[in-house]
Amino acid sequence: MAILEVNDVNKAFGGLKALNAVNLSVEEGTVHAIIGPNGAGKSTLLNCFVGRLIPDTGSVIFDGQSLLGIKPHQINQTGVARVFQTPEIFTDLSILENVMIPAFAKVDGAFRINAWKTVGTRGEVRDMAEKVLEEVGLHEKRDTIASSLSRGDKRRLEMAMCLVQDPKLLLLDEPTAGMSRADTNNTVDLLQRVGTHITKIVIEHDMHVVFSLADHISVLAQGTVIAGGKPEDIKGNPKVQEAYLGGAHA
Amino acid sequence: MMFAGLSRNDKLLFAGFTIAALAMPLLAWPVGANYPDLLQKFAIYGIFAIGFNILFGLTGYLSFGHAAFLGVGSYAAVWMFKGVTMNVIPAVIFGVLVSGMFAALIGFISLRRSGIYFSILTLAFAQMSYNLAYSVLTPITNGETGLQLSQDDARVIDRMFTEQTAGLPSTNLFGLEMSGYPGFYFCCVLLIIAFFIALRIQRSPFGMMLRAIKTNQVRMNYTGFNTRPYALTAFIISGMYAGLAGSLLAVTDPLAGAERMQWTASGEVVLMTILGGAGTLIGPILGAGLIKYFENIFSSYNDGLLAESFSFLPDFLNDALVFVIGPFVGEGWSLLLGIVFMAIVIFLPGGLMEGLARIHGWYRRRGQGDAGRKVAKQAAE
Ligand SMILES: Nc1ncnc2c1ncn2[C@@H]1O[C@H](COP(=O)(O)OP(=O)(O)OP(=O)(O)O)[C@@H](O)[C@H]1O
Ligand SMILES: [Mg+2]
Repeated sequence: MAILEVNDVNKAFGGLKALNAVNLSVEEGTVHAIIGPNGAGKSTLLNCFVGRLIPDTGSVIFDGQSLLGIKPHQINQTGVARVFQTPEIFTDLSILENVMIPAFAKVDGAFRINAWKTVGTRGEVRDMAEKVLEEVGLHEKRDTIASSLSRGDKRRLEMAMCLVQDPKLLLLDEPTAGMSRADTNNTVDLLQRVGTHITKIVIEHDMHVVFSLADHISVLAQGTVIAGGKPEDIKGNPKVQEAYLGGAHA
Repeated sequence: MMFAGLSRNDKLLFAGFTIAALAMPLLAWPVGANYPDLLQKFAIYGIFAIGFNILFGLTGYLSFGHAAFLGVGSYAAVWMFKGVTMNVIPAVIFGVLVSGMFAALIGFISLRRSGIYFSILTLAFAQMSYNLAYSVLTPITNGETGLQLSQDDARVIDRMFTEQTAGLPSTNLFGLEMSGYPGFYFCCVLLIIAFFIALRIQRSPFGMMLRAIKTNQVRMNYTGFNTRPYALTAFIISGMYAGLAGSLLAVTDPLAGAERMQWTASGEVVLMTILGGAGTLIGPILGAGLIKYFENIFSSYNDGLLAESFSFLPDFLNDALVFVIGPFVGEGWSLLLGIVFMAIVIFLPGGLMEGLARIHGWYRRRGQGDAGRKVAKQAAE
């Protein structure tokens, strides 16, 4: 069953057509990779899923419900979490707080005045956060401030912040960009280990990562999906070779 | 129940704060500030700053219009004195409620923007309130004269129990007159309660969300939080704190004027909070106390008084000192405040609390250094 259906989505910035009649169908429980050269429109497409941008035309249906015109926090509450291309974390707060906050969103909802009880009395939320921190390997650093983390750890933290919500759909925008080889392998390993039941859309330039994780690949070039299919098929597709592997990224 | 969930450190902090607040007359004695009028100001502006810090220090929204809520609290309290009773309890409750509602309205509109635009909107609303108080709202505010008590006020509840006397009545707490030390202790108890509520908010999930909004509002939205009502709640709470402070100003002196809403008064609470340390629990109260203390000293000086205090010096030195210090006293007090403020923002962005933390850290490191040397010495022997 498709958990996300994207039909004929168009988005233009002034004269630039960033997305041109994009169709996409993401099967529940799979890892769907989106690849394509720089500026192809990959991040723009994700922005249309989380309410950061509204497509000019077309529809985005998640779990039987349209995502267009509803606010980012409402989209998250329906079960969509996102890791951004540049990490969006709470830099002034501790690692543990960074992960407890999304856990509170999951448990208490989008708005709740909870001003008399202390955070300390919400052991269940803390347990959720600590469990995920163990899984991503940040548990020992839980009391350090998030701004002091390395780039790789910041991404890992943002991933923990999404995983703690146990979303139905996890969007990852270049989760290994700027990481060392070892960190990249760690991240791949993490994604294969944790939250395996979660449907994921991964944007990635690193082909090693793509072929390790993806069940299905869509290739985006100049705002259009030019190919889609199983990793084996994509590897040998001449159109892809030309637009992507032989193109901007060579 | 009241202390449920608070850590040992927080309980100690609260106990220490309570003792210090109650012993304020003693603590202020060495610096000559131990008279009720000034002590009341410490308590009242402390409350104002605690509330302001919930919006600015925790949530990261810099309001430049909080004096409007201070003024509304004063007007509401005086109206309660005039219309119903001179007992301070209903006046304080009414002041807090009215400014809370006023804050809900202004916050609802201003919070559609963030950053500098939010600040400008709050400033505009406060100046508007200030001008309205002088003009069309004269029936409520009594314009330039200010709202005062008068002989023929209704005071419906008081009239039922007591005969009208010749002079103006005074504010009281079930008969206990709210002047001098009783007045101070009334404000002081409310300061302690205000501090306790702020402590609970800061340690709660709600407070955690406010800090998260300050750090990264974008992340909050994509994490599933509707941030607007959180910010609005913080705005209303801080408006109610300001209203409480305003009504206490009326308790200690039953009179309300529009100048209390002027932008300089809004700016003052910003200075207090930043000077003491935005986001900390104690800092804003410290900032409020220091500013009110030094304002009291410096603004009362003038060149003549200054020359007198240095009269033991030779004439040319006296003249020179008066020339150098003169511009900073009396009317020039705000000049001095401005310079101190700039120095703090540049060298101690975390305010005095950061300064204290640095000194503490320095002592601890020195202590460790000593210990380290001892170990090294022992090893050598
Ligand atoms: N908010 C915006 N306003 C104007 N132009 C934009 C905006 N966002 C993206 N674009 C343009 O749209 C095109 C697609 O951008 P997008 O960020 O989606 O590319 P991408 O595939 O994610 O690339 P990369 O691999 O570099 O992240 C680019 O030409 C970009 O400059
Ligand atoms: Mg991108």
